[in-house]
Amino acid sequence: MSRGDDAPPGPLGSDPEPRPFALKDCALVALATGRRAQNLKELRDHLLTVSASSLYYHFWGGLLHPGFEERAYANDLAEWVHQSLHDTALAERLAVIDPSDFADLEAMREELLEAIEAHLDQASALAWVPVDRQFQFVRSQIVVFDTRRSVARPEDLTPMLATLSAGSVFYHFIDARQRLPEGSDDFRAWLAGWGEPYRPVRDRLGAIDPYFTTLHELRAEIAIVFAETLGGET
Amino acid sequence: MPSLLEAYAEVAGADIVEHLRQLAEPLRGMTLVHVNSTRLGGGVAEILDRLVPLMRELGIDARWEVITGEAPFYAATKALHNGLQGQRAPWTPSFQEAYVETNARNAEQLRPILEPADLVFVHDPQPAPLLGLCPGRRGKWIWRCHVDASHPDRRIWRYLRRFVADYDASIFSLAAFAQPLPHPQYLIAPSIDPLGDKNRELPDAEVDAVRARFGLDPGRPMILQVSRFDRFKDPVGVIQAYRLAKRFIPGLQLVLAGGGASDDPEGEAVYREAEASAGEDPDIRLLLLPADAHATINALQRAASLVLQKSLREGFGLTVTEAMWKGKPVIGGDTGGIRLQVIDYHTGFLVNSPEGAALRIRYLLQRPRRVAEMGAKARAYVQENFLLTRQVREYLTAVLGLHHATEDRIELG
Repeated sequence: MSRGDDAPPGPLGSDPEPRPFALKDCALVALATGRRAQNLKELRDHLLTVSASSLYYHFWGGLLHPGFEERAYANDLAEWVHQSLHDTALAERLAVIDPSDFADLEAMREELLEAIEAHLDQASALAWVPVDRQFQFVRSQIVVFDTRRSVARPEDLTPMLATLSAGSVFYHFIDARQRLPEGSDDFRAWLAGWGEPYRPVRDRLGAIDPYFTTLHELRAEIAIVFAETLGGET
Repeated sequence: MPSLLEAYAEVAGADIVEHLRQLAEPLRGMTLVHVNSTRLGGGVAEILDRLVPLMRELGIDARWEVITGEAPFYAATKALHNGLQGQRAPWTPSFQEAYVETNARNAEQLRPILEPADLVFVHDPQPAPLLGLCPGRRGKWIWRCHVDASHPDRRIWRYLRRFVADYDASIFSLAAFAQPLPHPQYLIAPSIDPLGDKNRELPDAEVDAVRARFGLDPGRPMILQVSRFDRFKDPVGVIQAYRLAKRFIPGLQLVLAGGGASDDPEGEAVYREAEASAGEDPDIRLLLLPADAHATINALQRAASLVLQKSLREGFGLTVTEAMWKGKPVIGGDTGGIRLQVIDYHTGFLVNSPEGAALRIRYLLQRPRRVAEMGAKARAYVQENFLLTRQVREYLTAVLGLHHATEDRIELG
């Protein structure tokens, strides 16, 4: 482990060896948007124009923001439809919408709108919720900072993984999906620069489903993958 | 003696303290001033008492200033406070005069401290006009609203809005409390201080002494609600729930512990209603405790088998957080911030009636293992989400975010 290296994680293309993996950390802070929905139609109307950072918050923010880890549904919209509108069928449809499946949040927005509008087309009546059960659209700001820790080789990551903060796990494994092509993560992107010997660890990281888990569980899963494929103690 | 940060690392985890250090790094050396209207009593003073030294240990030049006033000022700010919480409150020209003049007088003294500060946190409505009274201000000013402002008296809010609209940002506890304002509105849930008298670990002997002081039998189950005697806290509903449950658990004891009601005519009336409802039942204790009885509340919460917060309306409900931190499942009213904390079958139960509360009391008191499981989950949930360290982290994040207000993503370093 070295300190003070500002190099971003990721392969260097033609360089003989990728640059060190710089560990970053992040914190999320929520902001009110003033947008509120009291029924499904209002939810749809806001979803048409709400910022992508609001979608980000309601789908991924729960991992970093105060909230209970064992939720019935994996995103805030599905949770509200279930808890407040008591529409389990739609809640289930919304819950399977996984941001990892989409090229970007705009594509996911289309899918959300499609699901809700299809449901509205079939609905004979519109359920309203009391004022204190409105859906509150929130957006987030993410602050990313350098931990000044970096590793030169993939094997060096193994012992560090067990102590990664939740913010680091979020930044490198979740947030990366919005930054990197094809929904990859920072670990896989960096390992790609190390060539075929590291394909097994990349493949196993790619098989981890981050949508129904907590950051602590995710950290444990990632640590196991590194330990089992590259050796070393976690 | 360990530093404050080390002490917090012990209870909140080393991870989060390291996080605080890193987030504070870009703010090192900045001057940050908190302003509120009281140094003693009340949740805001309790938090600032710990927050300011914690920020100083993080390298931020933090200080805490308090505005002072006379009785007419406090009468005016009480009206503002009540109005913000949705009670119809009189707002007279004399109130306005006391409010503005007192702030102007305080501004004379505080201007040399506030104007050069890099960051100023103004807490609640009392000192809100200070911003307009510091024309030479250099830093960012944030208005921190600790009150449930979800349904304010519109007239009061319109008056207050003129003072807070010019701030660089505001902070509300929940999205539902936020009001339309022309600046970023951060959402930061309140927190409890795990090292304060109300929440620190207590030796068993201290808990036993408090039990003995109030004549509570340690061999029988005890349920507790800690709250002001206020109709929204439904103390009479709690007594009804106790009675229904006692038919099945004859040894059940109930404690309703709240603050003194001498300056609150309605509080006194509600206390009398609760007293009448309790009748001669020797297993019900109605306790009027002084505002600084933190260690007593702490001991009662630890002595309780279960804790209730059967509110009909609630802002956030820090008494719920306190009980959960002590490993107690909470039976809470299905309202406001209680919903964020009490998760059915995990950290407690949400209920909508005395019958619902009684049912859950019976359910839990017959299942000590379930109580222990839910209590452990409740404590872990608070540790993860509602300790002071988390609130400090979000304050620091918000401050960093505010310096890049238009960006959703801020890369430091």
